[in-house]
Amino acid sequence: MLTKKAQKTMPKTDVVVIGLGWTGAIMSKELVDAGLKVVALERGDHRPTSEGAAYPGIADELSHVQRFRLFQRMKNSTVTIRYNDESEAVPYRQLGSFYLGEHVGGCGFHWNGMTWRALPEDLQIRSKYIEKYGEDFIPKESTIQDYPVTYEELEPHFEMFENVCGTSGQAGNLNGKIIEGGNPFESPRANDYPNEPLKTLYSGNIFKNAAKKLGLHPFPIPASNASKPFTNPYGVRLGPCNYCGFCEDFGCYMYSKASPQTTILPALIPDPNFELRTQSEVIKINTNDAKDRATGVTYVDKNGDLVFQPADMVLLCAFQIHNVRLLLVSKIGEPYNPQTGNGVVGKNFAYQYNTSATIYLKEGAINNPFIGAGASGTVIDDFNGLNFDHREGNFIGGAYIAATNTGGRPIAQTHTAPGTPNWGAGWKQGKKEGYQRTISLNAEGSVLSYKDAYIDLDPTYTDRFGIPLARMTFNWHDNEYRQGDYMAKQLTKICEAMENVESFSVQKITGDWDTRNYQSTHITGGAITGDSPKNSVVNKYLQSWDIPNLFIYGASAFPQNLSYNPTGLVGALAYHSAKAIKERYLSNPGPLVK
Amino acid sequence: MKKYDSSRRKFMQISIATSTMLLIPRAGFSQTQNHNEMYVPQFFNQEEWNFICAITDQLIPEDELGGGAIAAGVPEFIDRQMLTDYGTGALFYMSGPYHIDALPTLGYQEQYAPNELYQHAIAQINHYLQQKYQKQFPDLDAETQILVMKELEAGTIPLQGISSSTTFFNLLWKNTQEGFFSDPKYGGNKQMMGWKLLGFPGARADFMDFVDKPGKPYPYGPVNLAGKRG
Repeated sequence: MLTKKAQKTMPKTDVVVIGLGWTGAIMSKELVDAGLKVVALERGDHRPTSEGAAYPGIADELSHVQRFRLFQRMKNSTVTIRYNDESEAVPYRQLGSFYLGEHVGGCGFHWNGMTWRALPEDLQIRSKYIEKYGEDFIPKESTIQDYPVTYEELEPHFEMFENVCGTSGQAGNLNGKIIEGGNPFESPRANDYPNEPLKTLYSGNIFKNAAKKLGLHPFPIPASNASKPFTNPYGVRLGPCNYCGFCEDFGCYMYSKASPQTTILPALIPDPNFELRTQSEVIKINTNDAKDRATGVTYVDKNGDLVFQPADMVLLCAFQIHNVRLLLVSKIGEPYNPQTGNGVVGKNFAYQYNTSATIYLKEGAINNPFIGAGASGTVIDDFNGLNFDHREGNFIGGAYIAATNTGGRPIAQTHTAPGTPNWGAGWKQGKKEGYQRTISLNAEGSVLSYKDAYIDLDPTYTDRFGIPLARMTFNWHDNEYRQGDYMAKQLTKICEAMENVESFSVQKITGDWDTRNYQSTHITGGAITGDSPKNSVVNKYLQSWDIPNLFIYGASAFPQNLSYNPTGLVGALAYHSAKAIKERYLSNPGPLVK
Repeated sequence: MKKYDSSRRKFMQISIATSTMLLIPRAGFSQTQNHNEMYVPQFFNQEEWNFICAITDQLIPEDELGGGAIAAGVPEFIDRQMLTDYGTGALFYMSGPYHIDALPTLGYQEQYAPNELYQHAIAQINHYLQQKYQKQFPDLDAETQILVMKELEAGTIPLQGISSSTTFFNLLWKNTQEGFFSDPKYGGNKQMMGWKLLGFPGARADFMDFVDKPGKPYPYGPVNLAGKRG
């Protein structure tokens, strides 16, 4: 397929956008507003809220969660996975550990809405840790590196993304002034969140009291679920969250959880300079012979025809793994070689490491777990970033610890009482008791990047077009296991300080990455940002070092994974790039960093 | 735990095992009173159907808390799922080569779509039991059935061409829970009995006026996607 000549060539456009998720929508809107003609190619369908998230059909756990209604059809394409270089990778045949999105809105349609700003040390991890603990503290096998952009540079862009999303939260640090009830560890914000925080739920209250007793600093999770009716900077109106309990894996029928659909597309799609083509799967980024300029993209349209779309600028806005694969199959940049450490495309693949606690409350407790939202909860940041001393746990990175009520949906989100048999007589009793009396805590942890964790092309398996699948080589490392030990200790202390607890258990990851159980969709790296073409694929404006008219967005740019959910940083990096394109690139198209 | 009088259930079990393609509702049980339609399996053959009915009845038995998998229509749910994109494997990447001996943590690596996995597994399990006990699964006494299920779960019953009997057992148990707790439109969770057991309000999906009452019992029963109250 890759070597076939396109049957059709479309009229040239200023900008072609590959994938209309969060970053595709942000960049399309910003560049259309700058007067450019933008064509967005989306391999899935258009899926407005009225169709993709209409009530009551949306309140269907089986079709959305168990049968992956809004996600990628694995039949057509997937990835392969192995733990190390020596073994053969096998296909990720069914969605499990992470979900791959598809359709307009991408994963931004069915995310939870947790919207974090990075900590300064998340962006300068290597230099800040060396400064505090010395060079020897960094594990030898780790390839962590600083971002070429600082928190201060990104601050206004974090704010813009929060304003577009109608993010609900409580500021903890306004221009250096610590605000009671917010996160005292957060970096200074110029302005408060656009909306007040979501309500504190039953489990959040119990967690909050315990955390305070221990001298920790609980605050409401920053949630891109509007807590009240809200109009964003693009003039798009969001409705208030009604705590329906159908967030992650679902679209939002209340037009409350921010998604491209609820925040940008209503202002973008009617623009005459914007054109959306759905069921158009890009299979290649075309370049000139010198490989220093993108000429456009080749895609398969809904009839199965191969089409060439010429463009002055190519914006790669697909999901993390798809971005990396498209670079590899298009032979752009030097693929990473784990033996020599040379090459950059596919380098520094990372994920997230979770530790958790399950708490069984005393008889009579009523948690009403069905009242909730994906991002409604209470959280502490005391064990994240450089907010604590890492010498005791002897690891780099951290985790936030949160109590959330996401919906108590009966197939996948219910617990059984301790000691309940897995099935058979007694199971129903344990399920009934566990439903109202269980709450859980999750420590969502960072993962470093490593020499032996990377993405390349699989030599055996292909997609429906015969194009090689991306291959992930990844497993946990000792630094993360030590993080798990440390977080397990903190979780134990918190559980012991909680009121109304009958018993609790703490779970930490041991052994291999288990690809069967959902952990998070926060896979990162592979087209990372850095300060030189030697250590990165893109510069600080997410512009390809090799091809100045190619920009690559999303979590593929993260040189390692932070503890926080990635979308806030993904959004801020996109707005930071949009500003540089509008103010500098358009008048002088060429490298933005020399 | 108090021993539940299962004589009625036993009668039901026998009815299933001997009936021809019929799921007979238990008269006199309020949860099934209005459920008189007789379901004819669309995918499973008689042997497979009898197996599914008997084993799901052990996975979620009827007890003092109410009806189990049979009353909830779990076998009907599973049968109907077999003909969906899920059952036929359209939601899975189903291209070879297959490595069914891969580490379990690398996920589903079967060469069969779920509906084929059911067929292959049930035939082989019954064949194995026939040799060992001279009976198929539905004809075993309850104690032996449970023993066999524990072996299936532990992966000790040999199945040709399938990674492990654990894989099949896990799939069956997952589908059974889905049938017990998903919206009734899929054929299971009849009378919303799974939701009522937990206190899950179904598709209500609006708690704006109750979010300020943490720790208070929610006063409304479930509604389903069709708008019916449970």
